[in-house]
Amino acid sequence: MTDNTLDGWEIVIGLEVHAELATATKLFSSARNIFGGDPNTNIDPVSLGLPGSLPVLNQKAVELAIRVGLALNSRVQRSVFARKNYFYPDMPKAYQISQFDLPINEGGWLELPDGRQIGIERAHLEEDTGKSSHVGGGGRIHEADYSLVDYNRAGVPLIEIVGAPDLRSADDARDYVSELRSILVAIGASDGKMEEGSMRVDCNVSVRLQGNEEFGTRCEVKNINSLRSLGRAIEYEARRQVDIITSGQEVEQQTRHWDEADGRTHKLRSKEEAFDYRYFSEPDLVPLDPSPEWISEIKEAMPPLPRQRRIDLAEAAEIEPKAATLIVERNLDDFAMSAIKKGADATRVLVHLANNLADGVGQLTVDAFAALIDLETSGDLSATQAKTVLADLVDNGGDPAKIAANHGFEAMDSSELEALIEGIITEHPDDWTAFAQGDAEERKKKSGFFVGQVMKMTKGQADGKVVNDILLRRAEN
Amino acid sequence: MNAREISSAIRKGETTAKDVLENHLTVIQDREEEIHAFNLVMTEEARNEAEGIDALIAKGKDPGPLAGIPVAVKDNICTLGIPTTCSSKILDGWRPPYDATIIKRLRDAGAVIVGKTNLDEFAMGASTENSAFGPTRNPLDTTRVPGGSSGGSAAAVAAGFAPLAIGSDTGGSIRQPAALCGVVGVKPTYGRVSRYGLVAFASSLDQIGPFAETVSDAALLLETISGHDPLDTTSIIEPPLDLSTALTQGVKGLRIGVIDELSGGAVEGISDEVLSCLDDAVQALTTAGAIVERTSVPSTVYGLSAYYVIAPAEASSNLARYDGVRFGPRVDAKTTSEMMVATRTAGFGDEVKRRIMLGTYALSAGYYDAYYGKSQKVRTLIMNDFANAYEKYDLLLSPTAPTTAFPLGDKTEDPLQMYLQDICTISSNLAGHPAMSVPFGKGIDGLPVGIQVLAPAMDEHTMFRAGAVLEFSNQGQA
Repeated sequence: MTDNTLDGWEIVIGLEVHAELATATKLFSSARNIFGGDPNTNIDPVSLGLPGSLPVLNQKAVELAIRVGLALNSRVQRSVFARKNYFYPDMPKAYQISQFDLPINEGGWLELPDGRQIGIERAHLEEDTGKSSHVGGGGRIHEADYSLVDYNRAGVPLIEIVGAPDLRSADDARDYVSELRSILVAIGASDGKMEEGSMRVDCNVSVRLQGNEEFGTRCEVKNINSLRSLGRAIEYEARRQVDIITSGQEVEQQTRHWDEADGRTHKLRSKEEAFDYRYFSEPDLVPLDPSPEWISEIKEAMPPLPRQRRIDLAEAAEIEPKAATLIVERNLDDFAMSAIKKGADATRVLVHLANNLADGVGQLTVDAFAALIDLETSGDLSATQAKTVLADLVDNGGDPAKIAANHGFEAMDSSELEALIEGIITEHPDDWTAFAQGDAEERKKKSGFFVGQVMKMTKGQADGKVVNDILLRRAEN
Repeated sequence: MNAREISSAIRKGETTAKDVLENHLTVIQDREEEIHAFNLVMTEEARNEAEGIDALIAKGKDPGPLAGIPVAVKDNICTLGIPTTCSSKILDGWRPPYDATIIKRLRDAGAVIVGKTNLDEFAMGASTENSAFGPTRNPLDTTRVPGGSSGGSAAAVAAGFAPLAIGSDTGGSIRQPAALCGVVGVKPTYGRVSRYGLVAFASSLDQIGPFAETVSDAALLLETISGHDPLDTTSIIEPPLDLSTALTQGVKGLRIGVIDELSGGAVEGISDEVLSCLDDAVQALTTAGAIVERTSVPSTVYGLSAYYVIAPAEASSNLARYDGVRFGPRVDAKTTSEMMVATRTAGFGDEVKRRIMLGTYALSAGYYDAYYGKSQKVRTLIMNDFANAYEKYDLLLSPTAPTTAFPLGDKTEDPLQMYLQDICTISSNLAGHPAMSVPFGKGIDGLPVGIQVLAPAMDEHTMFRAGAVLEFSNQGQA
């Protein structure tokens, strides 16, 4: 774990994560919920908040919200929608339909990969806003010539997950958000794409002296668009607060804006300037009271969570659960385990899935994958050749042995290789001396040179590992 | 001819929808300038619709129970492509891209929509004087108001512009103008009629309902527009009403309680002439076999106070969307928030602004519990008191309005006096119960008095039994 203190200070972090739910239509109308599209094409009277329009709750959104609650060990309960009133051009009704004192999911926890449990205070349903863009004046609202509003996103269902102030470092915060994202993706609740804004993080940061029980005054940091900026924003903000306190001043409770470009947070408003949202129960909707039967049905149908999937894959591949994170995140763990079950070498399975199948398996079948790895393990194909065949299998499918033959790949006789290497050594005596007499690092460098030469001459058909073995054997003799 | 007679004659081929419409357009031509019931008379659209009805009849098809009946619709109900103003400058020029559910139901039943009627701006008022387009006058005495906020719809029926009209009732806005104009007006159970397409004033109180010359016609119209709508989550999951048997069933054996507080008891300001008509109504119901006695619904006296917190609170939120961003007129300014302020300042009338301020204050941090929270408790008390009363009685009875129609300008300077017009009607909205106003007797000035029949939630059927008896008895006296 990294050092989570700043000269004896402890950072206290609580995150509010908004995730767009992966429904076909909006939270309160039948307008489509899709990312992108020409401005103001996925709209209807309800998402524009036209006079006389009324919200109708999307049952699929409720189901996904309940899945989130179950995955986060929350109490799924009778809930009430409330209006959060404030004026903003991208807020069509000038109020957001949200949940206030009775959220659909209350309490719960999320387990980090290292086993620590982070408290969840609530996870409630609400609608998203539209998007404003400002034309002229460098895109800043105050200097713009005019503003445009796109309401495609208005009314898209969101789940707001409010975490407890249990996180203690930027690393913690990043781990929490990636785990939460994996969970949301695994249960089909959200695509979790921070870069498209379908998952957004607001961050409450305060600092206190190590060992202190009381919380310091917190600031809420908004506009965090990636895991990287989450970490940077926390570290900047904590530093800023410590500097204020150590210079004898007090931290003011504020909402602050993270500026990715200058790497700082800037004051948006103080506590006194905070909006009075005038929450009251939404009279256009009846209370939401999911039956215990429905909740059980949803529970029964829940897919396994990432934590369990990492454990399962780790057992099958004999690795640490944490090493299984990437494969599980990419949803390739079932594929990996099937290949391992067919006898494929686990290390090679994981290496290919992590490095060469980032964009998915395409036409590749588990059988072909296992067969390919067998060819590689037996030395019939070099790593480079295997990679080429793999790419072909992903694009077109087929039989790995035939594809290898079509490429003209065949295993090279080691005596042929020996002769080839002998020739290269003769041509490059200085390089050979450097290799043979060098330390481990020097050898590593020079082996790259020799392997490169061999590959060039064999058009990549040689197995790099075998070449290395030959070089080492000769150097030792 | 009343609505049922018109529909029947058209369906039998004795007259045509076109002739019926033209007759009504002629009446409108004669008196609309004087009365100003309409914000818009939809002459061409109505003619097309009437032709469509006649074409269906010619093909031997049945256009539906409202075949060819001209219907006037309050101008806070959305009509596709037709201006819908709420009698406010802030919606000037706005044409909804969709029809309200009840507009579809009316058309499906063969009705011909003849125009959009005037109202107090955003349905806030009791005289139809708070209209950006000028007041509506009472057809029975044009120096007097028609009541409000659905004054245009009540006046349209009273003037013979249309045998049926649609209004909305948030605190009495159908029943009080019905009483003042001498027509029948019904506020159904909350959720009985879809609110989809009704421009919201106070969402938990608003309910659409019918105006008609007769109780029977009001029943016909209510049957047509009632029933569950998937686009309104608060609409009751029930099939449309069938009130046919209620009209002839009588009231024999029904137990009816006269609300003491509204009948000379705790609430002051109910005029003697109105109380006298109430006595006659009690007599008529008793004669018809009902058991009528005075009873107390104590918390009803707090209804008005609770209403003037809850309704403005919801209105302050419902009317926030009129910000000049997406529709309606915009007053340009340097910044977005200045534009919103300028647009709202220019667009809303005084009464609307007053209620937005009241409601915003009532919901503010630090005041919520004292005002909005407490008012919701009063609302619960009222429901409990009604529930107690309905253990003993099938129906309750009271005057609809404290007075007969008052002169224009009489109460415009004193909002509280205007608010008191709804003292008898407001509690039904807070409870979500149905209530109707039936003309019964006249005041000393010869203007009509309305008697209000109140029923428990969902029991429009029993309510109409009493309504029909009152109407029958009133006609006997006339």
